[in-house]
Amino acid sequence: MKDVDDKFRKNTDPVPMREELKPRSVTTPDGQTIEIEPLRDYFCDARPKVHPKAYSKIVEDFYNWARSNSLWILGFGTGCGAIEMRPLMTPRFDAYRYGIQWRPTPRQASLLVISGYLSVKTLKRAIRAYEQMPQPKYVMGLGSCTINGGMYWDSYNTIKQLDDYLPVDMYVAGCMPRPEALLHGFMELKKRIRSGKAEGANDYAENFDRYKANQKAVIKDWDMPDYNW
Amino acid sequence: MMREILYRLKDRYHFGTPTFQRDDLCFVTVKRDELRAILTELRDVEGFTHLTLLTAVDWLEERLFQLTYLINNREANLTLGLRVMLEREDEPGATTGDTIHDLWPTAATYQRELNEMFGINFPGSPRVDEEFILEGWTDLPPYRRDFDSLAYSQQTYNDLPGRKTHDPRDHMKKALYPNYLKEAE
Amino acid sequence: MTDFPNFQWAQVGYALLTLFIVINYGMVMTAVVRKIGARVGGRYGIPVWQNYVDLLKNIALRSKISHGVMYYLGPVFRLTGGVGLLMFVPTIYGSEWHQNFSYAGDLILALYFVFFGTLGMALGAGESGHPHSAIGVSRGLAQVTMAELPLALGVYALSLQYGTLDITKIVAAQQGSIFNWTLFTNPIATVAAMIAFVGTMMRSPFDVAMAPQEIPIGPPTEYHSSYLALMQTNRALFPVAKVVIYMNLFFGGATSWAEFAIKVFCLYMVSVVIGVVHPRFRVEQSIRFFLKWGLPIGVLAILVV
Repeated sequence: MKDVDDKFRKNTDPVPMREELKPRSVTTPDGQTIEIEPLRDYFCDARPKVHPKAYSKIVEDFYNWARSNSLWILGFGTGCGAIEMRPLMTPRFDAYRYGIQWRPTPRQASLLVISGYLSVKTLKRAIRAYEQMPQPKYVMGLGSCTINGGMYWDSYNTIKQLDDYLPVDMYVAGCMPRPEALLHGFMELKKRIRSGKAEGANDYAENFDRYKANQKAVIKDWDMPDYNW
Repeated sequence: MMREILYRLKDRYHFGTPTFQRDDLCFVTVKRDELRAILTELRDVEGFTHLTLLTAVDWLEERLFQLTYLINNREANLTLGLRVMLEREDEPGATTGDTIHDLWPTAATYQRELNEMFGINFPGSPRVDEEFILEGWTDLPPYRRDFDSLAYSQQTYNDLPGRKTHDPRDHMKKALYPNYLKEAE
Repeated sequence: MTDFPNFQWAQVGYALLTLFIVINYGMVMTAVVRKIGARVGGRYGIPVWQNYVDLLKNIALRSKISHGVMYYLGPVFRLTGGVGLLMFVPTIYGSEWHQNFSYAGDLILALYFVFFGTLGMALGAGESGHPHSAIGVSRGLAQVTMAELPLALGVYALSLQYGTLDITKIVAAQQGSIFNWTLFTNPIATVAAMIAFVGTMMRSPFDVAMAPQEIPIGPPTEYHSSYLALMQTNRALFPVAKVVIYMNLFFGGATSWAEFAIKVFCLYMVSVVIGVVHPRFRVEQSIRFFLKWGLPIGVLAILVV
């Protein structure tokens, strides 16, 4: 690119950890002195496990059929695509008839829709939400922003490739994709789940170190445990 | 209406040449040490009760930062932009502006944003040193013109190979009117 | 087993059969009700078997996180509340099979079981450690407690009227003609109890504790996979069990499964219809509503009897 400043070098200084998150010793109201380490005390940061499929293929296929027909989406909107998701609840598109529902908490959701560009700040929240979802879980990226940066290709604060940071099962291209395209994406995702290929959660667990390295490369102030249960 | 207000004020303050975008929208450059008095008078006497926005422009070549205070008189439907020029320092936070959070409390938020995005500090403004939008930002303030956004993003985020760029005008011509182009040749 | 008169081991099997029928009926009925709601809005709505698929999917999830013993027991208590409620109430009057374990004082026990699940849920949600759970459950408890007041008063009025605490006898007294129903013999108590009914069905306007649009769905915020499946089962079972009580007390009971299905559906639709046309109350508003309207009517019912 001709308009890049070759002399520009980004600053790679590490960000100091926030005071309240540092390990320290505190005095309790009772007068005892205890050691606390906020990032470890309140969270379980055990690495994710690879969960095997059911032993019998028939059972696994049956389960996959159920999973594909009961896609619960986490109501977490990033970027402009969140607007395109709302019409799916309305009479015109009515995604409910395909077993697609919206859940307000990551614990009950099985599909995380990254609906548009992800700023670094939102990426942090998206990772936390993703890691709290129970397995098997799926990620869908909407729009060109999640594929190659889209119109935010030269932005200082939005990621360009979503699958560097989270295992993506399905991309829906467009800027923004219309609700019809989204519905089509859901149908394709269903096929993928039914064929047993949608094992993103296991992929995340297997390549955990690579994903974490990528995530930590862009999220400078990593103020959470490595894995959020 | 707007001209009358400026006439009333021009004897007491040093104004630059006013730029009229519309009859009810005008920009004028003022001196930094008179800004506070002008803003107070406009707010309390002339009815400009609303601070619409406070933003900045980086004049890199002239070594200046321009602060723009856009204030609005709702009753008369007038909008006046006051421009203040500050000396531009390269060190983030070395350039300082004068806080007006006591005139409009909302200004504190704008000043916090300017401190983060341009590195213009406003000493005395509440919470001005806290992070506003960016988390853990260690680089140059990103809205400065010596911060190269493209270079930064190329050094930070991975590109997907195979990305093509078209000139929208030529591309749409080719896509929509191929015959027309051939005939023109 | 000499303590329980008329107890036979076959009753256990019959009761389980009742449970099975009622759970399936509840699953299909809640789906149908949602479908009706969708049709009102001009949508197709979920398929009628959607509840089963959701249930199966939740069971099929691979990872589970427990936050402790009480967290695990929360949904169990909740389901116990539903099952217990159904087990001690005669489901079909006059049927040898679906008499369940009703006995002389079962009305009091039923009143207790209506509340039991919510209490268990409070303990479980408290242990899950999510602030939204604790907030949601305290709001839900406050509301359910208030809603129980008119029901309790209405039920006392009823037991005074019939001179018994045995649901079977109350149902027996209502047989014969439609004008023998409590609805006609004691309308004030019925109104008081119906206010409580609408209040405890967890539908709008009294669903602020559980509604997904509010503080993320309240008590079940942290519940997932099998725990959630257990709660879903209960959500199918519990409303039906509760409707069965009301049907027995105020609407003449049911003598066959067909009558049961129709009456339960109609009663359930009362709360649904009220729900679709009313916006949601805040907790303090609904508490005020129950104290202002439910309580005086309940007291009046007792005085009139």
